Order: sequence, then structure tokens, then C-alpha cells
Amino acid sequence: MSLEDKLGLLTYKSDTQAHIHIVSPKPCIEICKDKPCTTACPADVYRWEGDKIIVSYENCIECGACRMVCPFDNIACHWPRGGFGVKYRFG
Amino acid sequence: MADEKVNCIVVGAGPAGVSAAITMARAGLSVVVLERGEYPGAKNVQGAILYTQMLHEIIPNFWKDPKAAIERPVTEQRLWVMSDDSAIQLGFKSDRWLKEPHNCYTIVRVPFDQWYAKKAEEAGATLVCGMTVSDVIRANGRIVGVKTHDGEQLLADCVIAADGVNSMVAQMAGLRKELRSDEVALGVKEILAMPREKIEDRFCLERGEGATNEMLGKVTQGMLGYAFLYTNKETLSLGIGCKLSDFQRTRVKPYELLEALKNHPIVRRLIAGSSSLEYSAHLIPEGGYHSMPPLYADGILIAGDAAQMINPTHREGSNLAMTAGKLAGETVIEAKRRGDFSARTLSLFRKKLEATYIIKDLEDHKDVEEKVQKIPELISVYPDLLCEAAYEYFTVDGLPKRDHQRRIIARIRRQRGMFQLLKDAFRLRKVI
Ligand SMILES: Cc1cc2nc3c(=O)[nH]c(=O)nc-3n(C[C@H](O)[C@H](O)[C@H](O)COP(=O)(O)OP(=O)(O)OC[C@H]3O[C@@H](n4cnc5c(N)ncnc54)[C@H](O)[C@@H]3O)c2cc1C
Ligand code: SF4
Ligand code: SF4
Repeated sequence: MSLEDKLGLLTYKSDTQAHIHIVSPKPCIEICKDKPCTTACPADVYRWEGDKIIVSYENCIECGACRMVCPFDNIACHWPRGGFGVKYRFG
Repeated sequence: MADEKVNCIVVGAGPAGVSAAITMARAGLSVVVLERGEYPGAKNVQGAILYTQMLHEIIPNFWKDPKAAIERPVTEQRLWVMSDDSAIQLGFKSDRWLKEPHNCYTIVRVPFDQWYAKKAEEAGATLVCGMTVSDVIRANGRIVGVKTHDGEQLLADCVIAADGVNSMVAQMAGLRKELRSDEVALGVKEILAMPREKIEDRFCLERGEGATNEMLGKVTQGMLGYAFLYTNKETLSLGIGCKLSDFQRTRVKPYELLEALKNHPIVRRLIAGSSSLEYSAHLIPEGGYHSMPPLYADGILIAGDAAQMINPTHREGSNLAMTAGKLAGETVIEAKRRGDFSARTLSLFRKKLEATYIIKDLEDHKDVEEKVQKIPELISVYPDLLCEAAYEYFTVDGLPKRDHQRRIIARIRRQRGMFQLLKDAFRLRKVI
């Protein structure tokens, strides 16, 4: 079962306002070799294409891991506004 | 909500927050619970096993409530040590666990949290969902309320931060820093649909009984953690949790780890014929005793996951959260009686916790992880070694038994050494 299929099982109330921001593109491009955000996120929210990062915040399942794995404190990931974001039916 | 002032604002409608709210509301305090999910449980993930005693102390005989969102009383617990293609199984089953009060139940968090939060409302607490607390309000150096995402302010004599692992409220109150990746585990999980009778047949259960399965070894792909498979009424909870710093180190993708678990030959047979209903992920605080923040300050208390109250070796978290929530509630009741919500009175919370199993268990288990990590072979060598030894022991192929035994010993010598094995056993004697 692919991640797309897994995420496809979920219900979200999507916000037009992103709750995740990359603070500065510099550390990502210049010093972060391993880019742990791209492997540790359980929803593949962070993807690098060339030297451009794509943050699919709408897929975020709000585990909070990315902030802790970024070695350069470069991810500002807040909780979505109240009521928005993932809505588990089982949990 | 502006200009309102209540006795206590509870942030988070999980087990800790709701237990605190019920306790305080019953004593006549005005209590508001703020929950960021659209409904209680919307953001919450758990295995999930719920130990009975702690909830029984808050809602006596809760299992008799026909609406109680509990799944199955657990009558059998199994531990599997897994290699790539084999597993050793260790289990305990007891009819004594069939008697009420049961030792523990499986639960599904979303219905459970909704049921439990309702109990707080029935006790008189106000529950506001869809409300993210974005900051604390201070006056004269103490916490006097909270701000919400839409800019509203709510004032209170006291705030209880029950907002779960990596508590933003505790951080905003200056009581703790962001957690490090080695202080948490990341758990990923799926809920799998399976008909009631099939679950009972497959796990050898009589009607209504439940079983737990925990799995160690190769399934964690060299990371510190374990997998679990629990039986609910008509679903299975299958998940795996490993240290976040290990995910960082190994670059194993969490969902691929879960997929590999589902395809492990042992697990595949256990879940065959099921279909996935939901995928989820959540952090588990595992820094334990060493990374507990101060539990109180002027006008604020911290309870549950927010204060790292988890005993991972016994998959206890929700029960600690309930006891801690209840004790936080009792502390606020006493503070109101004294008319003093300063740290001096709120320090009573720590004393109350010390008198229970919580601090004692956390203290006793504080070095478990470190001890286990000092022997990486526990994950990388022993599961295979044990499975191979069992394979030799149980295989009848015409070779004399003594040759099989020699092979087992030779393998231990090669992979770990007899002396080292004894040393490891000695070092681990206090882990359980
Ligand atoms: C995969 C996994 C398996 C587990 N298995 C078990 C198990 O088998 N048995 C067991 O006992 N424990 C288990 N646990 C641990 C257990 O889930 C926790 O210990 C328990 O949920 C802690 O309760 P809590 O009330 O402290 O926090 P939570 O249950 O996390 O509740 C916190 C609440 O606060 C809300 N919130 C957070 N921030 C804000 C904010 N800023 N504003 C408003 N609301 C906010 C959240 O939405 C949430 O509802 C498991 C955990 C995981 C992740
Ligand atoms: S881990 Fe942090 S610094 Fe590295 S690529 Fe991701 S966001 Fe950038
Ligand atoms: S919070 Fe979790 S799911 Fe969301 S982006 Fe961060 S790591 Fe990914």
C-alpha cells in the first residue's frame, strides 16, 4: 500500500493558510546534506526538486516530528488554526 | 470569551485534560477545556491499551456504562521476538483477567475521547472544540490566562497544560524547551477492519475477549522501538514506534517501516483478509524522568504527555495522564480553597505525584533506554540468535540432538560469546 493510498484514507479540513514554513532556504541548500525532513516525515510533506523545496502542508498529519529532526531549526511548524487539519476517525 | 474569568482553563481534551476537568467541575469550580481538534480525539493516536484502575478511580465501574467506548477486555498478552522469517512467542493468558474489574481494555481513541469528554461536560465543565491555544497571558510574572488562534483572550486563576507531547503551552510558559529527537519516539499506525468472529477465531478468543501482541527484533530495522497488534471489536490496531533520532539516523521512512511490518510473514498471516481504514502518526514522549519539565509555576500546572509522563516499557501513558490530570485537578481545588494559585501551593501537585506509582515508576525506569542502547546487539543480534537457536532445537532432521546443541553454542560464540551473553543478561536484569 503506497503512502498516497494511506493518506487517501484520511479526512482533512484544509486551510488555505499554511501552518508550515521553511524559515530560510539558505541552510537547506547550502549546509543541510542529509535533509532529514524528507525521510522522517510520515506524510512526505517535504520534497526537494532540484534546489526547490515543496511543502505539501495539506498532507500534514500533525505529528510534530519535522521540527525536531531539522538540524538547523529551519522549520516553523505550528498547529493549524483550531478545527483545521487532519480529522482522525479512529486515532 | 473576552473578559471572562474562570477558575481553571484546561488546554487539551485528552485523558489528562478531561480527568482534570471532571475532578474540578465536580467540586464546583468553573472550568473551560480548550481543544484544537474539531472534536475530542480528532488529533489523537494511541495503540491502544487502557489500564482499568486509573479510570475506575475517576469514573467508578465505567465498564458498566453501555455507552463507554471500550473495545475488548484483554485476556491474553503475547510478546514476539522476530527475525526476518521466524518468531519466538512468549505469552500469558489468564481467566482471572476475565473477572471485573478487568486489568485493561483495548480502546480506539476517537470514540473513547468523545465519550470521556462528554463526562467532563456532564460534570459541568465547558468544552470548546476547534480552538487552538496560541499563547499564554502573563501578569506580574504569573500565568493568568491564554490567547487563542483567533486572538481571543480568556483569563483564569490557573491554567493546566494538558496539550500532549511537545506541549506548546509549557514552552510558551517558559517551562520547557522544544524536545530533542532523542527524547521522543515516532509511532505510525493503521486501523484494519476485520469481522468480529474472524478476530476471535484468529486470536483464539472467546466472545468479547481481547489480545495484545508486541513485537521486537528485526521489525524495527535496527531502531530502538517495537511493533504492536491489538484486537478491537471489529478492527485491529497495527503500529510501530521507534526513536525519532533513529529514524533520522537510519533514514528509514516511517510508512515504509509500517508497510514492511504488514508484509512480515508472521504479521501478514495475522492480518490476512483485513482492509485498512486509517493511517495515522503521533509522537510518544520517551525522555522519561530525565526530561520531565518543572511540573508547576505561578498559575500553571503541566500533566500527562506534556510532562513526559510515559512508561514505554509497559505501554503506559493514558493511565498516567488520567492519574496526573486528576491530581492536578485536586491541586487546583486546594489552591482555590486557600485562595492562592502561586507555585508554593501548586507544588502540592508534585508531592501528590510522588505519593503515587507515577514518579516511582518513572524513576525506576529512568535508565532503561540508556541500558538497552548500550547493547545494540539486543536489536541487531539477539532476535536472530534466539530464532536460530529455536530453529535448531525444534528441527528434527536425523542429526543427533547433541549436534544441534553444538551448533547453537557455536553460533552464540560466533555472534556474541558466552561471557558477553552472561554480561548482557546481568546488565539487563533491572530493565523489566
Ligand atoms: C502509537 C502510540 C501508541 C500508544 N500506545 C499506548 C497504549 O497502548 N497505552 C497507553 O496507555 N498509552 C499509549 N500511548 C500514549 C498515550 O497515547 C498518551 O500517553 C496519552 O494520550 C497522553 O494523554 P494526554 O492527555 O497527556 O495527551 P493527548 O492525548 O495527546 O491530548 C492532548 C490534547 O491536547 C490537544 N491540544 C494540543 N495542543 C493544543 C493547543 N495548543 N490548543 C488546544 N488544544 C491542544 C490535542 O488536540 C489533544 O486532544 C501511545 C501513543 C502512541 C503515539
Ligand atoms: S532538515 Fe531543515 S535544513 Fe535540512 S532540508 Fe529540511 S528544512 Fe532544510
Ligand atoms: S508535523 Fe509530522 S506530518 Fe506534519 S510535516 Fe511535520 S513531520 Fe510531517
